[in-house]
Amino acid sequence: MIVAVASGKGGTGKTLIATNLFALLTKEAHKVNLADCDAEEPNSLLFFKPTKESVSEVKQMMPIFNSKECTYCGKCEEYCNYNAIFLLPEKRIFRLIEDLCHGCGACTYACEFGALKESDISLGVVSTYRFNAGSKIIEGRLRVGALTPVPVIKETIKASLDSEIVILDAPPGTSCPFIHTISKADYVLLVTEPTPFGLNDLKLSIQIVRQMGKPFSVIINRAGLGSDDVYKYLRKEKIKISMELQFDKEIAMIYSSGKLVIESRADIYQKFSKLSELIIHN
Amino acid sequence: MEIAIISGKGGTGKSSITAALASIAESVVLADCDVDAANMHLIMNPSVEEETTYIAGEKAVIDYSKCNSCRICMEYCRFEAISLSENKVSIDSVNCDGCRLCERVCPLAAISMEKNDKSRMYSGTFRFGKMVFGILYPGEENSGKLVAIVRRKAKEIASLNKIDHILIDSPPGIGCSLISSITGVDKVVIVTEPSMSAFSDLVRTVELVSKFNTELSIVINKSDLCQQITNEIIAYCKQNNFKISGTIQFDPEVVYAMVNCMTINEWRPDSETSNILKQIYNSIIN
Repeated sequence: MIVAVASGKGGTGKTLIATNLFALLTKEAHKVNLADCDAEEPNSLLFFKPTKESVSEVKQMMPIFNSKECTYCGKCEEYCNYNAIFLLPEKRIFRLIEDLCHGCGACTYACEFGALKESDISLGVVSTYRFNAGSKIIEGRLRVGALTPVPVIKETIKASLDSEIVILDAPPGTSCPFIHTISKADYVLLVTEPTPFGLNDLKLSIQIVRQMGKPFSVIINRAGLGSDDVYKYLRKEKIKISMELQFDKEIAMIYSSGKLVIESRADIYQKFSKLSELIIHN
Repeated sequence: MEIAIISGKGGTGKSSITAALASIAESVVLADCDVDAANMHLIMNPSVEEETTYIAGEKAVIDYSKCNSCRICMEYCRFEAISLSENKVSIDSVNCDGCRLCERVCPLAAISMEKNDKSRMYSGTFRFGKMVFGILYPGEENSGKLVAIVRRKAKEIASLNKIDHILIDSPPGIGCSLISSITGVDKVVIVTEPSMSAFSDLVRTVELVSKFNTELSIVINKSDLCQQITNEIIAYCKQNNFKISGTIQFDPEVVYAMVNCMTINEWRPDSETSNILKQIYNSIIN
């Protein structure tokens, strides 16, 4: 069972849900892996003190230009579908705009003269940490300045699949990083808050999750702060609410200081316990 | 002058603060560059004067009347998008990056590209000036490029209407769309909050911003949620010589302003939060 904890809007409480759910399942002696797929800003590790087991680098290919072999025929520029190659044949100028290169290999395939070879650049790292009783935390971390987290996310998920239960802490948004995470999940928990921004972004993520045919339910965080529009919408769409957490300054403070809410609040422990049943029996 | 309001972590209050700054400025071009999850139009309710289609990449599709399952495309694809099931080659549209290499290597011309054409850019007028916003269709790609197009349009509108300031509401994270929304801006304002997560994201965001030659300042929002981390953030800023434009306490009225489609400065103009936001505006502009 792979569960993704996701939300269109940032800051709705994805990491709060993912880390507490993971902690509860490990306490109840389940073997679980937590994969932090928010590679741009990974935070799940802040809540645990696990032991580092291994680190692997995620790389992307990039062409290297050899001017001696180049005939400036222009085929590489034509083949690049990302406009990453800029060529001025009459001035014998070749420029690779690295920020636009996706490492697809089309230019090296195009070149008939061996003027383009490839080498790799680092996009980030995937680190694996050992936690209680065989459970693990796997973190994807984008190198600051690198553009796309997608290859890092893919490798993070691959490294986390050796457990019966896998929790994916998804990146925010509704574009590629979000989709790549969701596509690997069997079930999606969408976290929202009852504000107009929260509702708007929830609708966008529901649209995608439905398109992808993934079963899902909604968690409402900070209930009581905002309006009841989200409830009306969910009722109309017949979407299940799998958990509701009231807005509570104490919860915000516990989370802020990097602690697990289930450890100091029995009522919240109960709620997560109920939520975990949904996952275990699904 | 282009000012980008950013935050590594989502939900720190970027959009609420950007909206408030726009209402204080009274005449701005507001560019919503959080194209994955654009929200500003919900409270600003702009008129739409122009709508442009944005082609957000391409996806490869197979014509099975031509395909003989030779798998050459599979060998070349670097995005794990092509696989074989029951002797049939299929392309996974999630993994397809739209590079066209499969189309080029196919000896039977069985692969062609389909354009992602559901994303849009809108521009129009709202109560504090002009507004430009991009809406990336859920699941479509190349958000960084759409951000660049939104910013270009905002600059065009600013010079046409002689408006001095462009406010950019940026996406969370530090990847391509964020990089695209801060490249070449005059000022960057990072909105953070006192939590371990937000602090850790702040450090990564600062590391990224310092690669650009731009003026940086920091706003600490919801500062009373954890005074200890607020103090740590203040100490970190002092140590690194970063300007703090202001600290704002947690105020549920900010949420109620949003529910009522207003900025906090319109909803509670005389509140402490609104006054601090005015000071922040002055500190950023001057």
